[in-house]
Amino acid sequence: MTPLLSVQGISKRYGPHIGCADVSFDLYPGEVMGIVGESGSGKTTLLNCLAGHLPPDEGAVLFDTRVDGLRDTVQMSEPERRMLGRTDWAFVHQHARDGLRMGVSAGGNVGERLMAVGARHYGDIRASALDWLARVEIDTGRIDDRPTTFSGGMQQRLQIARNLVTGPRLVFMDEPTGGLDVSVQARLLDLLRGLVRDMGLAAIIVTHDLAVVRLLAHRLMVMKSGFVVETGLTDQVLDDPQHPYTQLLVSSVLQV
Amino acid sequence: MIELTDVSKTFTLHNQGSTVIEVLSDVSLSVQPGECVALTGVSGAGKSTLMRMIYGNYRAQSGQIVVDGVDVAQAEAREIIALRRKTLGYVSQFLRVVPRVPTLEVVAEPLLAVGVSLAAAQNQARALLSQLNVPEPLWGLSPTTFSGGEQQRVNIARSFVYAYPAMLLDEPTASLDAANREVVLSLIETAKRRGAALVGIFHDEAARARVCDREVDVSQFTPQRAA
Repeated sequence: MTPLLSVQGISKRYGPHIGCADVSFDLYPGEVMGIVGESGSGKTTLLNCLAGHLPPDEGAVLFDTRVDGLRDTVQMSEPERRMLGRTDWAFVHQHARDGLRMGVSAGGNVGERLMAVGARHYGDIRASALDWLARVEIDTGRIDDRPTTFSGGMQQRLQIARNLVTGPRLVFMDEPTGGLDVSVQARLLDLLRGLVRDMGLAAIIVTHDLAVVRLLAHRLMVMKSGFVVETGLTDQVLDDPQHPYTQLLVSSVLQV
Repeated sequence: MIELTDVSKTFTLHNQGSTVIEVLSDVSLSVQPGECVALTGVSGAGKSTLMRMIYGNYRAQSGQIVVDGVDVAQAEAREIIALRRKTLGYVSQFLRVVPRVPTLEVVAEPLLAVGVSLAAAQNQARALLSQLNVPEPLWGLSPTTFSGGEQQRVNIARSFVYAYPAMLLDEPTASLDAANREVVLSLIETAKRRGAALVGIFHDEAARARVCDREVDVSQFTPQRAA
């Protein structure tokens, strides 16, 4: 089986500082991988390098494109990479306002991504937007309201709808549940799990919340100071951590 | 179906003076389809550890753990995930679920994961929940607020809803009343009849005697510890 994404030796330096160093892994269709580590461990830098938001200093990010098979997205032209970002890839930001257009209605936010891939029929676009608002549990009566009038949890769900409407195959998520209160978090986790299962999505989730990765991620990668210190099955890494840093991380979680 | 060869396990506690604890060494065990093997031994002998290693939850230091042709000790994460989805079930002592998800969906999930339609999966889930005497008004609620015994029955329903060819049972009859214990034992017997290979930990001796074909004392694999 061909991996959907094959990451080979990605490194990124900020002057003398290491962002992330020599990261390699393969991700297969339907797999959800979590990346955990403390602030400054390089997990967001890595995610941005993978998603084409930051140019890595070294390494390759091969993606199994629908037309040409595996291609290095680092070497792609900017328009090609942007096209990928609108079609097969999706990026869910920690702060919904970074991923939404706040001055445009909720329906417009979802519809915009459809129009970017060529949808032109107003009725169809509006129908898709209504369908997706319902799937992420936003009252469809709010379709013409701007996201500025939405709560944080609703904004986050709207961002997910906007990202998934074009049927991507790979979703990058940066702390998708960060900054949301726990009841909203649970709802979002449930939603994401269902979408991953039903759409066969592959996802890479950066978070510092170990409970979130336990419920969402199949596999886990632990980072410290830019290096990957441990990888494996999520429950294996959390229940039988091998590296000193992972042991410290797991044993530091507060029990509720 | 389940084949362990020279398996050993140590825990290294890096942040507690790098203490090394040898838990198991040279474990060899073979379980055939249709057979139920009980793991016995005093508390702390490593019964649960061994079971978790077969599930891939704990990493083995050496040896082979082959389940249906996959060496869990060496396999890639995705191979173990596929094995758990299609072949290897695990009844743990704890129910771990996403908050807010209704019981019926929790129980139907293993079937949905192997591609069974929603309606068929929910029908099977309903049948098993009523067999295990989980009151119907609870099916639409999240099991997080249920009593210990109710959670355990949801956990068992979830594990038996799909006919896994191999299953690991960690105290499946703990915290159950007599009637429900009987239901669980008959589920285990049905699984054996359809050819599932089972490994179980039973503190309930009568239950062990009834469903298990033989016992393996895990203490024989426990290295002698300095007192």
